[in-house]
Amino acid sequence: MKLGTYILKRIFLMVIVMLGVATIVFFITHIIPADPVGAILGGNAPIERIDEMRHQLGLDKPVLLQFFDYLRGLVHADFGVSLKSNRPVLTDIINYFPATIELSIVSMIFAVIVGVVLGVFSAIYRNKPVDHFSRVFSILGVSMPVFWLGLLLLLLFYYNLDWLPGGGRHNLFIFPTHITGLLLLDSIITRDWIAFWDVLRHIILPAFVLGYASAASIARIMRASMLDILRQDFIRTAKSKGLPKRVIIYRHALKNALIPVVTVIGLSFGSLLSGAVLTETIFSWPGLGRYIVNALLVLDYPAVTGGTLFIAFIYSLANLLVDISYATLDPRMRV
Amino acid sequence: MNSVKNISMKGKIDLFLKQREPILEDWKHTYYLWRSTPLAMIGTVIIVIFLCIAIFAPLLTSFSPTDQNMNERLLPPSSQHIFGTDQYGRDVFSRVVYGTRVEVWIIFIVSIISIIIGTVVGIIAGYFGGVVDEILMRITDMFLAFPRLVLAMVLTAALGPNLTNTMIAIALVDWTVYARLGRAEAMKVKSQPYIEAIRAIGAKDFRIIAFHVLPMSISPVVVQLTLRMGTIILTAAGLGFLGLGAQPPTPEWGAIVSDGRSYLVDQWWITTFPGIAIALVVLGFNFLGDGIRDILDPRLRR
Repeated sequence: MKLGTYILKRIFLMVIVMLGVATIVFFITHIIPADPVGAILGGNAPIERIDEMRHQLGLDKPVLLQFFDYLRGLVHADFGVSLKSNRPVLTDIINYFPATIELSIVSMIFAVIVGVVLGVFSAIYRNKPVDHFSRVFSILGVSMPVFWLGLLLLLLFYYNLDWLPGGGRHNLFIFPTHITGLLLLDSIITRDWIAFWDVLRHIILPAFVLGYASAASIARIMRASMLDILRQDFIRTAKSKGLPKRVIIYRHALKNALIPVVTVIGLSFGSLLSGAVLTETIFSWPGLGRYIVNALLVLDYPAVTGGTLFIAFIYSLANLLVDISYATLDPRMRV
Repeated sequence: MNSVKNISMKGKIDLFLKQREPILEDWKHTYYLWRSTPLAMIGTVIIVIFLCIAIFAPLLTSFSPTDQNMNERLLPPSSQHIFGTDQYGRDVFSRVVYGTRVEVWIIFIVSIISIIIGTVVGIIAGYFGGVVDEILMRITDMFLAFPRLVLAMVLTAALGPNLTNTMIAIALVDWTVYARLGRAEAMKVKSQPYIEAIRAIGAKDFRIIAFHVLPMSISPVVVQLTLRMGTIILTAAGLGFLGLGAQPPTPEWGAIVSDGRSYLVDQWWITTFPGIAIALVVLGFNFLGDGIRDILDPRLRR
């Protein structure tokens, strides 16, 4: 299959899947026993008020009609109005999303660097102390609950040592200029180094907590893949040619060993978004995950629907990009 | 027939053992591999302890996990309350101990529901192929399009947050793994000659699937199940922590961590101990999973 055809086919499939996702989300939030009107008005609201509210939200229409209204809205990127903030859900998502993306990007960079370095050293110095350390680090990373690790680090670095701030994206008295919404990038663009330093201090702990599990799985795959490559014939050839160890490892082995890691990075993105929900809750990080959790707790269903759909969309998009880049690298994947 | 009847009791036992020899040999080999994989051994020990604690919970602690005692609020760990007490004067140790029962229950129910949905969908898709396969796999893709925790928490919140609904929600998120695996296995099995043979004899699809494809496809699914048990606990604990899972006073570990959150600075013990419990059990399952992977794929064993 040609690359162009493959990409078109994948995009077509993604559109179908997203339609299904929209349907699933709609039915979860509309057919369920939980009563949003009751949640907004409280249990003692007069019956007329409840009816009025139901009419206002369109809940008195037949479910199928509601469903078509909702799909029509989606086509125009209209997710409805949040019951809690009274703003269009899309505006809220645009406000909250950059925080999640910034956190995910920084965690991913951390995870890739730490994971690859640990994996490589672990493979080169197999069964040496570095290897043992790295394996313990990895297995702890995939076993510790994200929220618990976050709380303990907060206790240590914020309450006890007071080295790092205890939550939020920046100090209340420092106002970084918003251009892209990614505060680290914005403060670099405006050369506002005070803000940059402040934002950096705020992101360290959440990024570490969020990236730890991904770093662990990357280190594991990197180690296995590196060991696999190091046993292959062309490495032996390189050795017998008398190439220095450094050249063999960095120029020959590492390049080939990195390929499976690309897949893991793609797969990690989903667990990263899951972890972001917990990390954002602990560190009062004003991102999309926390937005959805708060919306769920008060049954603000337009916000839940919009936020969930948006996260599913981003996640699918990321998977699509990973698949396409993989297909570009390796034609065998285009089936 | 006659010859079997006439031989002595000892002969019968010998014959029985002889027939079972390959199976016995297989078990011995598995045991040997297990013994030579330290990770699997440590994992098994942790999980056995975890199960024992769940079974013998009432013998390990004399305090109730849910009764409040306002005279003994927020006590630090001592000889009487070795993990201290929480804001309602409940003994944290007995909450953690009784929590093992909740977690075992979660793993058990989630595994059963998700494995049933997953294998049914997967095997039907793989066996019939074509349009059926296409439709079922697109539905699977729709569920895979959500980050796990996000779908699980929306489902629990929608169904109403409590322990039962948490388990249903996690199962509805988790079945996709088994569906994909079951499908791949069914596709492999259905092209085997013996399936062709029984179809030629006249067996119907249902019979072929239930008695021939399913038994041959199930073992990788079961292996995957052990690998995923740690993730199930982590998801359940995450939901409990967010307040969207098991509700108080259910002693679910994630919910206990969440209880202690506001007392983190001065009463660290409420948060710390249930967290250690989660980490240890998940570690046990990960060790066991890694060990099983090592045993099954010697290429990775280094």
